[in-house]
Amino acid sequence: MKADMPATNRSRPSMSAMLRDAAAAAFVAALLAFPLLGFKLNATAQGLHLDMRLSWVPIAAGIVFAGRLLLTLGGQYVAPIIARRVAPDVDAIRRRLPSRSAYMVGIAMAAVAIALPWLPFADRNLIDKATLILIYVMLGWGLNIVVGLAGLLDLGYVAFYAVGAYSYALLSQHFGLSFWICLPLAGLLAGAFGVALGFPVLRLRGDYLAIVTLGFGEIVREVIINWDKVTGGPNGLSGIERPSFFGLPMLPTSMAPPGSTTFADFFGIAFSPNQRIWFLYYLILALALATNLFTQRIRRLPLGRAWEALREDEIACRSLGINPTLVKLSAFAIGASFAGFAGSFFATRQGFISPESFTFIESAIILAIVVLGGMGSQIGIVLAALLLVGLPEWFRELEQFRMLAFGAAMVLIMLWRPQGLLSHREPTLRLSDVPRKLVSESAT
Amino acid sequence: MSAASPLLTVEHLTIRFGGLVAIDDLSFSARSREITALIGPNGAGKTTVFNCITGFYSPEVGRIALRREDGREFFLERMDGFRIARDAGVVRTFQNIRLFPGMSVAENLMVAQHVALMRASFFSVAGFLRLKSYLDAERQAVERARYWLDKTGLLADADKLAGSLPYGAQRRLEIARAMCANPALLCLDEPAAGLNPRESNALNALLTDIRDEHGIGILLIEHDMSVVMQISDRVVVLEQGRSIAQGTPVEVRANPEVIRAYLGVEDEAAVASVIGQGSAH
Ligand SMILES: Nc1ncnc2c1ncn2[C@@H]1O[C@H](COP(=O)(O)OP(=O)(O)O)[C@@H](O)[C@H]1O
Ligand SMILES: [Mg+2]
Repeated sequence: MKADMPATNRSRPSMSAMLRDAAAAAFVAALLAFPLLGFKLNATAQGLHLDMRLSWVPIAAGIVFAGRLLLTLGGQYVAPIIARRVAPDVDAIRRRLPSRSAYMVGIAMAAVAIALPWLPFADRNLIDKATLILIYVMLGWGLNIVVGLAGLLDLGYVAFYAVGAYSYALLSQHFGLSFWICLPLAGLLAGAFGVALGFPVLRLRGDYLAIVTLGFGEIVREVIINWDKVTGGPNGLSGIERPSFFGLPMLPTSMAPPGSTTFADFFGIAFSPNQRIWFLYYLILALALATNLFTQRIRRLPLGRAWEALREDEIACRSLGINPTLVKLSAFAIGASFAGFAGSFFATRQGFISPESFTFIESAIILAIVVLGGMGSQIGIVLAALLLVGLPEWFRELEQFRMLAFGAAMVLIMLWRPQGLLSHREPTLRLSDVPRKLVSESAT
Repeated sequence: MSAASPLLTVEHLTIRFGGLVAIDDLSFSARSREITALIGPNGAGKTTVFNCITGFYSPEVGRIALRREDGREFFLERMDGFRIARDAGVVRTFQNIRLFPGMSVAENLMVAQHVALMRASFFSVAGFLRLKSYLDAERQAVERARYWLDKTGLLADADKLAGSLPYGAQRRLEIARAMCANPALLCLDEPAAGLNPRESNALNALLTDIRDEHGIGILLIEHDMSVVMQISDRVVVLEQGRSIAQGTPVEVRANPEVIRAYLGVEDEAAVASVIGQGSAH
């Protein structure tokens, strides 16, 4: 963005041009506002009523007119000043977060997450929302393997999440398998789907890859909708087994299957529905942290380095003897299996799944989290998930303006930090940290 | 030592792009412990020859055989690009440098050792468990990287981003990276392009050192005649996809057809003065 508007060599548009530009924007806003804001659906005792609310249309158009005008004026007089101040200095950005402090911030965040349920203000609602955010953090960390590390733009990531969720639901319903057995199976199945998607798209990159993966996500959803016999179609699957604490159901004694010991009985404490909320919270926290630790470690292994090298230059990889097919497939498969784990967690948490939960918007949000986080920054992804999932949850009162605010926030952040919230990339190796071998021997 | 059979044998190589015959019935060979220079004017087809040898193009006609010192023989025209590098040990650099710019210099050299490290990490399992066998292999890889950084004068830049290095250093890093991939034949596409005289001299020293100390063959595309004359053992002259002369630098320099075609001058005395000054481009 910034590169497009250098402060110096841009001719200034005249006032009338700016007014015309603002009028055009207002016109488009009015067109959009007419169906979106111009009507209001009211539920009364007699049924649903469609009320006209046409006065909102000119208001919206007016706001857009003024806003557009201010933006152009601002762009003309303010942006050059800002640009001079905050010219993107890549090296400075990289320096801003030295490795030690990134590590400390990570530890501190994990500590806060672990302590969260014990904090005085932590009620059921907060833990529930934190659980939801952690699902997206985990999905973001999983997708980061594919997009951030391997550089493969995947717009259908939610398909693997769906595969994981349905795998758990079906395996537990038909075979009575417990969550802890289904979890790895769901991951494996999702990973297999990752390979299945990976094969046809091996030759594609960038936009083309994005389109095909987008299609793949929709295909998976359509199959779920139409394969009623197995998936329950649009009605979804309900009565999915809730999680057990390593075999101890988290239910009141009265509702537990006869002959089984409940979690509360086993530990000799009184049953409380909060126990399950807490348990789910710690479960997803553990899964998400495992995803993170996995990524941290694999980045330092040859496979992880090959992912990043593939993102940097596929042809150079090939010329060094790296098999790009294997590298890509492994990124797809491993990224997908983390979505599978998250999916089976989602299913056990909700107890009910339907295709509604796996629409394109989910893929878009997860991708937005990765991009906004700074493509590859693990901490950035947490911040982005807090922002993109957490804030809308707390601003539910805003109703239909929620998505508008979401979009506006995205645009603002991308203007402010086109490289993402944290664009720091931690090198996988510092030669200065590796001591020289004491025995001198030829390296060849 | 291995003077008997050549390392690389190219026979009757032909490739067309639409109507254009880019390489026309080209045959030559390159040996271990020798620098074979491929020279010729712009558009002669030098890079195209490299692309055929390293599997980026598949030639219509011709055979490209590589015989390693352990006796294994590979027919490169039938192999995937990555297998040519991995199994046959033919590693190249590019005319317009291809590094991993967003990764550090040291990481570039670690990626080059992917094949060996991947085996040592047992497809990441041993690496994940941080078994001693993997850690040893990794330490050895780091040593190797350090060795080549030292050779190319990049040791102080090891932890910088590869993309942030100056041009000459990027060229040297690409050579170091290729050497870390443990080649039997190193193919360098205009490594001296854009270097200043001091850097160019250092490059000559590096290449002769690689040839003499590491016992591999080098195939070198070069524009600078002085470099070719100084360090190459054999020269293949290409013009419009055809080989017009092959031989030692002295033989090639005296070849009237080379003088006419490559230097575009008829007068042999003028050519000699040009070559003598080493300022031909
Ligand atoms: N992929 C390609 N498609 C079409 N023409 C090509 C291709 N690659 C090379 N050529 C043509 O082949 C000829 C030789 O090019 P090249 O090998 O790059 O020359 P050199 O490296 O000797 O300067 C040029 O005329 C070039 O345009
Ligand atoms: Mg060329």
